[in-house]
Amino acid sequence: MQLDTKEVEEIAKDLYVRALKILPPDIKAGFARLQKAETHKIGQTILGTMVENVAVAERTNNILCQDTGIPIYNVTFGHDVSFDGAEVTRAIRRGCERATKEHSLRSSVVHPITRVNEQTSCGIRVPIINYDFDDRDETVEIEMIPKGSGSENGSFLQMLIPADGIKAVKRFVIDRVIELGGRVCPPTIVGVGIGGTSDLCMHLAKVAATRPLRTTCSDPEGAKIEAELSEAVNELGIGAQGLGGRSTSFAVHVEVAATHITQNPVAVNIQCHSARRARATITPGGIHFA
Amino acid sequence: MTHHVLEMPISADQVRDLKIGDTVTLEKTLFGIRDATLIHMFDRGRRTKFDLQGHAVIHTAPNVHRVEKSEKAPAGYEPFCIGTTTSQRMERFTRPLMEREGVRIIIGKGGMAQDTLDAFRDLGGAYLAIVGGAAALETTWIEEIEDVDMDDLHPESLWKFRIRGFGPLLVGMDSHGASMFADVRADVAARRDAVLEKLGIAE
Repeated sequence: MQLDTKEVEEIAKDLYVRALKILPPDIKAGFARLQKAETHKIGQTILGTMVENVAVAERTNNILCQDTGIPIYNVTFGHDVSFDGAEVTRAIRRGCERATKEHSLRSSVVHPITRVNEQTSCGIRVPIINYDFDDRDETVEIEMIPKGSGSENGSFLQMLIPADGIKAVKRFVIDRVIELGGRVCPPTIVGVGIGGTSDLCMHLAKVAATRPLRTTCSDPEGAKIEAELSEAVNELGIGAQGLGGRSTSFAVHVEVAATHITQNPVAVNIQCHSARRARATITPGGIHFA
Repeated sequence: MTHHVLEMPISADQVRDLKIGDTVTLEKTLFGIRDATLIHMFDRGRRTKFDLQGHAVIHTAPNVHRVEKSEKAPAGYEPFCIGTTTSQRMERFTRPLMEREGVRIIIGKGGMAQDTLDAFRDLGGAYLAIVGGAAALETTWIEEIEDVDMDDLHPESLWKFRIRGFGPLLVGMDSHGASMFADVRADVAARRDAVLEKLGIAE
């Protein structure tokens, strides 16, 4: 399959807008579960308002949250796909910029030192584009994540040491969730990276935070920790928007990587309740949006 | 727990009537403000053309449509999606906003800290919690963008919105030293050890 970069540009544009407007079904189901379990009165009201907002966005064809985020594109290539890599990168940037201009989206991206906003949602190394490969035949998948910043500011890395053990990893997660309280727009998905190098650990936390609900870590030890921590964070009483109750998080997700004999790294990255993402799958049969 | 309908601007007495747990609906006028606006106003000495005396400000930077100036869009902007950002980054600006500009109400998400609570007590102010991320709904409470100032900072300009039925919002911090966010934080701190113990990592 030859990847058409014109098509990639259109998809990159459409995915940004779709992600901003349509909350994924797993997150909607997550809201229903939290609503069932919540007994705190203010918490119930807040969850009700969030669910109402999803309906208003659909009804008025509006975006869910005003934060258009930092645009992230995750591109995965299967077998037997030919493409011009540099041109794919340019096509995604053009699509991202066109979404911003043609749909009058707020550009939330500035130069880190001058703070100048080009009003394009683009800048140095932004959109963030991650390339990966998998075993599907003649398939390219593009996932778009507008990463909201109230939650992105809830990011931490700690290079713990082996003597601290896994106990310190769990304590670190609990203490960061406590520290963040309501400012990361709970209910959240708490993304946790364990292992790797410092940069990989942080990246794993982001992968975990943006993974669909009801999926589990492929490593059984990681899966055990995410089950334990998922229960624990909702016992803390932080609640929706930090105003009390059980609805602190939809889940804690963990991703792991092998690490060095001297290291015990842990990273936290939070996804807010407006846990937006959109995906397109390109095959010889056509384009499928999900 | 009382519900208040406040036509903006309001007086110090009116804001001192608000108690945590009360709900509020605002009418008439609301100003939008955030990081860059406040940095320019208080760190770089810029002054706004707006009179903020007795008014409410919301921590926001909206999505807007640029349109021809008209009766319906006097500033050349129509609202598209207007929501709320995390307040805590703007903690150090609460007191100057109140002292220099006369602001009485801050609307935001996630709550603010002790300096803000002290400023509310000393000067008469309150924090109204809105549901963050519920921007599509919030936008339906905004009738018009009446005016804009410091638009070189777009979208972090200083926005003047005409609002109708803006709420209900929850009084999260009041002028009597009470904060629902601080109460929750104290409750969470008291639960921490039990949660850690259940995880088998008691200290």
